[in-house]
Amino acid sequence: MKARSAALRAAVYAAAAITALTIVFLVGYIVVKGAPHLEPELFAPKYTTDNLSMLPAIINTALMTVSALLISGPVGVFAAVYLVEYASRSSRLARGVRLAAETLSGIPSVVYGLFGRLLFVAMWGLSLISGAFTLAIMTLPLIMRTAQEALLSVPDTYREGSFGLGAGKLRTVFAITLPAAAPGILAGFILSVGRIVGETAALIYTAGTVAEMPKNAFSSVRTLSVHMYVLSNEALYVNQSYATALVLMVLVIFINAGSNAIAKKLTIHSL
Amino acid sequence: MGAEIEISNLSVYYGAVRALTDVSLNIPEHGITAFIGPSGCGKSTLLKTINRMNDLVEGFRAEGGVTVGGRDVYGGIDVTQLRKRVGMVFQKPNPFPMSIFDNVAYGPRTHGVRARAKLEAAVEKSLRDAAIWDEVKDRLRRSALSLSGGQQQRLCIARALAVGPQALLLDEPTSALDPISTSKIEDLVTQLKAEYTIVIVTHNMQQAARISDRTAFFLLGELIEHGATEELFSMPSQKKTEDYITGRFG
Ligand SMILES: Nc1ncnc2c1ncn2[C@@H]1O[C@H](COP(=O)(O)OP(=O)(O)OP(=O)(O)O)[C@@H](O)[C@H]1O
Ligand SMILES: [Mg+2]
Repeated sequence: MKARSAALRAAVYAAAAITALTIVFLVGYIVVKGAPHLEPELFAPKYTTDNLSMLPAIINTALMTVSALLISGPVGVFAAVYLVEYASRSSRLARGVRLAAETLSGIPSVVYGLFGRLLFVAMWGLSLISGAFTLAIMTLPLIMRTAQEALLSVPDTYREGSFGLGAGKLRTVFAITLPAAAPGILAGFILSVGRIVGETAALIYTAGTVAEMPKNAFSSVRTLSVHMYVLSNEALYVNQSYATALVLMVLVIFINAGSNAIAKKLTIHSL
Repeated sequence: MGAEIEISNLSVYYGAVRALTDVSLNIPEHGITAFIGPSGCGKSTLLKTINRMNDLVEGFRAEGGVTVGGRDVYGGIDVTQLRKRVGMVFQKPNPFPMSIFDNVAYGPRTHGVRARAKLEAAVEKSLRDAAIWDEVKDRLRRSALSLSGGQQQRLCIARALAVGPQALLLDEPTSALDPISTSKIEDLVTQLKAEYTIVIVTHNMQQAARISDRTAFFLLGELIEHGATEELFSMPSQKKTEDYITGRFG
């Protein structure tokens, strides 16, 4: 009995250690391989095949993230508002929306890419806007479901209080329910940012790989992840792809830290 | 316009379940009417039927008449206007997760008041009327959730007063509070009756006897007896009432 629990404890510690070590090793490896090659010319304002600048890709990543979230954010949040605040339990439309969200969230991103190519690229070519719409559809279920959870966790006593003062449904949603659910809704946005920043397959199909800043919404763009993928496919540029990986990693860590801070602030304010 | 509440032959259903059966009751202005009765007898249901909070419940249906100040509550009245005239305070204090000021200003803003000075005046007056001004005047910008339970409940009363109601429905407003907070709310309600029609649901017989002018006793969705509080408690006309107020009833 004793020996068994000792073994179990050892296994638990080992698992924790393996997890921690994997992360340390991964981060360390990328830092060691990437840091020495972080040369200033990698951040030149303009990309050339000589300097391999990733600055345009960084800006494209930001543009892509903002554009995609501008589409999926409002749609996802309002769909959640409909499901939680308006739809009756027996509503067919509500059941349809829920089923669609569940189905969509399990589809691999490469399938979204193919779909985006058939639909958006056919209309707008390989472009920022095609990529943004594709990623918007990809992140929509995530945003909708987290917003739904957040709205459901808002106590009904708040709604009662608001209705009891003569407020209508719309005012109650915008002045009470949505603000109270904001931290949870934000969490969905953060997860979506992570998915967009890390996405490659869906974007290669829809936004293309042009390593320059877009002239307009219909220009092809490559984000940082795609940039890294392209570089790493060329045997000559291994060092630069490690440097890019390092920047990508730091970027994601900053996004997570920053949005955690925002979420914390929102939560404290509402307490 | 007055704020007398008249209930005539009211039956209320939740789906197939009948929660109130043929209730007729007059609630006069400027007094406190207490609703008493065992759990599940329909006190909250009647309260929520008066300001139509039950509209939100799926399957809710009311038969019979409810009028406030002579106007039929279920006949074409604007719900917003009705709830402006008939305020409600709930069992559990439910301040919104925003500042004390914004909580009280929520009602006036809902009804279109935008001017800063007007809002400030309304907030101060309501907080004074709810006997909580001195405790919060230096921290109006702080979150309402930082207040104690008793303070939160008085804030909720202030919030209800801020829209300028004529009647106030209180559903067990002190059941979640300590004795000191409870007596503060009782004092407050007693003061408010000069200006408002007050209905209070309570499980506390002493509370009903202490503060109310009239009492209505409910059992299984029926109004068994109602009348002046003193009479009802000293010589109830019904055996069931007597059993309940003397505690012989389950
Ligand atoms: N939303 C609802 N849906 C269905 N039935 C309900 C609903 N609310 C109340 N009821 C039913 O109506 C009856 C009266 O309930 P009500 O809440 O009015 O009782 P109450 O006298 O306020 O009890 P308590 O003292 O416990 O608060 C109960 O049988 C209850 O189950
Ligand atoms: Mg009740």
